[in-house]
Amino acid sequence: MARYMLIMRATDEAVAAYEQIPFEQVIEAMGRYNESLRNAGVLVAGDGLAPEPGVVVDFSETPPVVTDGPYGETKELFNGFWTLEVPTIEEAVEWAKRAPLTPGNKLEIRRVTGPEDFPADNEWIQKQAEWREHAEQ
Amino acid sequence: MARARRAVTDARRAVEAVWRIESARIVATLARYTGDFALAEDLAQEALGEALAAWPASGVPVNPGAWLVTVGKRRAIDLWRRQGRESERYALLAEPAAAQEELAEPDAVADDVLRLVFIACHPVLAREASVALTLRTVGGLSSAEIARAFLVPVATVQQRIVRAKKTLAAAAVRFELPPPQEYPARLSAVLSVLYLIFNEGHAASSGPEWMRTELSTEALRLARVLAGLLPREPEVHGLVALMALTAARFPARLDRNRDPVLLADQDRARWDRALIALGEEALARADGLAAGRGPYALQAAIAQCHALAPSVEATDWQRIVLLYEALSRIAPSPVVELNRAVAVAMAEGPATALRIVDALAADRALAAYAQLPGVRAELLVRLGRLDEAREELERAARLSGNERERRVFERKARELS
Repeated sequence: MARYMLIMRATDEAVAAYEQIPFEQVIEAMGRYNESLRNAGVLVAGDGLAPEPGVVVDFSETPPVVTDGPYGETKELFNGFWTLEVPTIEEAVEWAKRAPLTPGNKLEIRRVTGPEDFPADNEWIQKQAEWREHAEQ
Repeated sequence: MARARRAVTDARRAVEAVWRIESARIVATLARYTGDFALAEDLAQEALGEALAAWPASGVPVNPGAWLVTVGKRRAIDLWRRQGRESERYALLAEPAAAQEELAEPDAVADDVLRLVFIACHPVLAREASVALTLRTVGGLSSAEIARAFLVPVATVQQRIVRAKKTLAAAAVRFELPPPQEYPARLSAVLSVLYLIFNEGHAASSGPEWMRTELSTEALRLARVLAGLLPREPEVHGLVALMALTAARFPARLDRNRDPVLLADQDRARWDRALIALGEEALARADGLAAGRGPYALQAAIAQCHALAPSVEATDWQRIVLLYEALSRIAPSPVVELNRAVAVAMAEGPATALRIVDALAADRALAAYAQLPGVRAELLVRLGRLDEAREELERAARLSGNERERRVFERKARELS
């Protein structure tokens, strides 16, 4: 099994178009979709992001530069995510295709890293080994 | 870029993905139409075969579930026509075009999937037959995947499924929900099949690897599916909670040599916070539905005590002892008693716990259970009785059916020499 994050992005036009749909209708469609993920036992986590502008902390300089709004040239806003636990990326894609989204919206699917992604000489794994040796004494 | 393109256009894996999502609903819908569970399973497999042949060229259809149901129904009509039975059965079959509407009718399909779960875990079936049938029809796993998970030949799994279908046919088991008077026992049978699958992944009873987590993850998924189908049954949520809170510890349960790490030695930072949250939510739902906790909810509550404790020392062992006592009252078993002894050892010290374990050893019910001498050895070590402890560890190593576990017992025995 692996975890995949479905990252939702939308163009300004798509967000504007979405706002034309009655809010209750949007909630109902999303609610149904979330329930189907939940009832299939694949939903691990998910959240939507509020539409008001955020703040960016940019590490190009020291100390980091803090500015309003999304990254400078971004045309697509990151506005929510789902994390699914499924065996293959294909299954994550199948679930993504069923999301109640309109044109201009996109879902990017990325694998979430797990402990197996970290090398055996990782600091935390070493720490655990030391702790074990200590505990066994 | 190339990697992403390859992944999304792997048609075979795309078919398998659709199958895992849709198979239970497809088999259930076909079973309702044909009134024959075994036939429905065959038809669904044939439809899957047709999808594997067609979709790589045509692409996945817009509504893949409806496509598969339609093919299954067409196969049924062909079969009946060949058998000269179309007049008898034709009337049962709607036009294939109606399949889309049926799959879009979630409540009706949910009831059919529930019937499917109850049939797969029917009491006329042997445990291993129920396990195979549940994983295949409800879980959408192939016989090969089931065989790999249980370390048995594919032919064995296929035989179990064929035999299970024959048993169901011989017993004239109908595609329906259990009658009210049988319902509690039948639900309990379903939960125990799911828990059996979970445990086989959680602490494999045989083979070279100590954990086969895919099996546990699949069991948790199926339990969550069942919770969606039976939202008012507290013990279903209790089982989800127990599985999630136990599975939360998986990332810390193996060391770099893939040997087991005991709870006391686990790096709790590696525990899966998302699964802990899921388990706590499910336990709260179970508690909200029932005045008293059932066996699964009680075990989940014990797992929750561990999940919330920052360390072994900071664990609320008194509370765990109380929970084990409650569990002993409603579901007494020697294994529960052994676990209670471990908690008592932490809460009150090894001497009191040893008396419980000695009583269990005298009873012989756990004579073949490696954990009994394993726990007894730990208590003897804490009491400074090292020679006896070593003997118990050697006994535990002989009894263990799992190579990884055996090596841990052997290593500990050597360390006491």
